[in-house]
Amino acid sequence: MRSLSWRAGAGFAVGAVLLFGVAPFALSDFRLSLLAKYLCLAMVAVGIGLAWGRGGLLTLGQGVFFGLGGYAMAMHMKLADAGPGEMPDFMQLYGQLDALPWWWRPFANPAFALPATVLLPMLVAFLLGSLVFRRRVRGAYFAILSQALAAAMAILLIGQQGTTGGTNGLTDFQGFFGYDLDDPVNQRMVYFIVAGVLLLLLAIARQLMRSRYGELLVAVRDSEERVRFLGYNPANVKLVAYVTAAGMAGLAGALFVPAVGIINPALIGIVPSIEFVIGVAVGGRASLLGPVLGAVAVAWAKTTLSEEFPAAWTYLQGLLFVLVVAFLPGGLASVVRLLRRRRRPPPDPAPVSPAPVVAQEVTA
Amino acid sequence: MSGTGLVVRDLRVVFDGFAAVDGVDLEVAPGDIRFLIGPNGAGKTTLVDAVTGLVKATGSARFGDEELLGRPVHRIARMGVGRTFQTATVFEELTVLQNLDIAAGAGRGALTLLRRRRSVPAAVSAALETIGLAALRDLPAGSLAHGQKQWLEIGMLLVQDVKLLLLDEPVAGMSHDERDATGELLRVVSADRTVVVIEHDMDFMRNFANTVTVLHAGKVLSQGTVAQVQADPAVQQVYLGVG
Ligand SMILES: Nc1ncnc2c1ncn2[C@@H]1O[C@H](COP(=O)(O)OP(=O)(O)OP(=O)(O)O)[C@@H](O)[C@H]1O
Ligand SMILES: [Mg+2]
Repeated sequence: MRSLSWRAGAGFAVGAVLLFGVAPFALSDFRLSLLAKYLCLAMVAVGIGLAWGRGGLLTLGQGVFFGLGGYAMAMHMKLADAGPGEMPDFMQLYGQLDALPWWWRPFANPAFALPATVLLPMLVAFLLGSLVFRRRVRGAYFAILSQALAAAMAILLIGQQGTTGGTNGLTDFQGFFGYDLDDPVNQRMVYFIVAGVLLLLLAIARQLMRSRYGELLVAVRDSEERVRFLGYNPANVKLVAYVTAAGMAGLAGALFVPAVGIINPALIGIVPSIEFVIGVAVGGRASLLGPVLGAVAVAWAKTTLSEEFPAAWTYLQGLLFVLVVAFLPGGLASVVRLLRRRRRPPPDPAPVSPAPVVAQEVTA
Repeated sequence: MSGTGLVVRDLRVVFDGFAAVDGVDLEVAPGDIRFLIGPNGAGKTTLVDAVTGLVKATGSARFGDEELLGRPVHRIARMGVGRTFQTATVFEELTVLQNLDIAAGAGRGALTLLRRRRSVPAAVSAALETIGLAALRDLPAGSLAHGQKQWLEIGMLLVQDVKLLLLDEPVAGMSHDERDATGELLRVVSADRTVVVIEHDMDFMRNFANTVTVLHAGKVLSQGTVAQVQADPAVQQVYLGVG
């Protein structure tokens, strides 16, 4: 046990050195901001790893929570750019509104907007999860429902162009809590925040996975009915993982906005929601680091390949997903585990069938 | 003899017009080891399903002072009613210890759940000894032999601290020695609990049953001690004669 937590500590230290000590010096400003974007996507992946990898919930609609967090942050930044009492630039441009819609107003206050980026997605996940898990909606139905929700949210945002920016989304941000976002120094600061938050989310996920709750979650994944007969309500167990994953996706969306400078419906609909899951599947859904590395690798491949072969990327990504699911269900993490096991001697074989002691006493 | 008794009255379970359990009356005294036997499709498993909340049923099933019918599965489990399944179901990817620890923990608060297990709860180590799996506690349950999985399931009921155990064919697929070991285990367990065992194995029943209920086509055919039931011509005709 001790050696395990020692290794985890070392792992976090290496991660911190790479993210804070190496990347900022080895990468250009442009590459560093790309990395910040990938790390935001990786935060979503950490949550999916928990909910899907450990809890078996195929969360194919994380775009919804990513979007809620992203829009909450973007609305605040738009209002801060516009100044007190003013409307954001795009609203004035479309000229359909005389006043700020009521539901925009609270986001002017950072004390509301910041917690809302996390709590709003968690609240929606709680309501949705309470409905769905108690009714025992499972497997494919849950996945389809999540997808439908992501599609509905994207359509809703596009339809309400006057108040949401429509297809264009919210973009052209000048400042982030008073700091000029055009200044490379401040962009770097955003990168550091993103990297720090990712490490924090990893620490939270690790604690959850290794706790008694984490064991219970795996039990629910493997045999929900059996858990119920032990006196637990599996709906509540799943709800915790689902709500946590939603909060992580919300935080990711919120940091994505200053890091990338935009949030729009194309970033949160069906396709991006599926892409979140593909990265996790490739990296290894049940491990802690697999989802993070998978998400970064797939996002990086997308940037690199879709520039040169925009049409081919979609198919390539689909192919990758199918290959992993069919031949490597544990993702790349399972390859690492396999190699590691090979280096160690095999454990002792299980002793054959010792009888319960009561019987041994009686028959002796 | 202690534990809590089970009283079933006019229990009926209907699947699409077919009565799998058709008006069963059953009384199991506290501390009893009751065997529930009957040909395939007699409704034995369905009866247990009804009592544990898995299928909808009419009539009444009282456990102590509480009515069980109409309550959700996990509430019935919390009231002290535990069961095993015809095919052993343990959490294959978790270790023996983790399986037992989860079974012991339905009453745990959020804070305990969010922390790691630092030590083995006393009830869990006692159960590990009782079911003879102490040496295997860190193996994944999926790697256990079939009989060991059945014992693990019984161990899970022990730490769950149920007052009524409903075991669905606990010795199916076991060797002769393993059967005897399981029977002795049931005797120990029934010291302060009530045990109901569904079984097809007649030798096992003769050795370990205290009382017997024979089900046939959803109805109680005969009830009594092993000797009484074996002497019942109706039973000989539909069941023992054939089996
Ligand atoms: N969910 C269900 N839907 C429809 N019919 C069912 C269902 N479950 C059981 N049955 C039917 O109810 C009858 C009783 O089944 P049950 O499993 O209770 O029998 P059993 O006594 O446990 O038999 P066995 O010894 O083979 O386990 C059978 O005819 C079975 O086909
Ligand atoms: Mg049966």
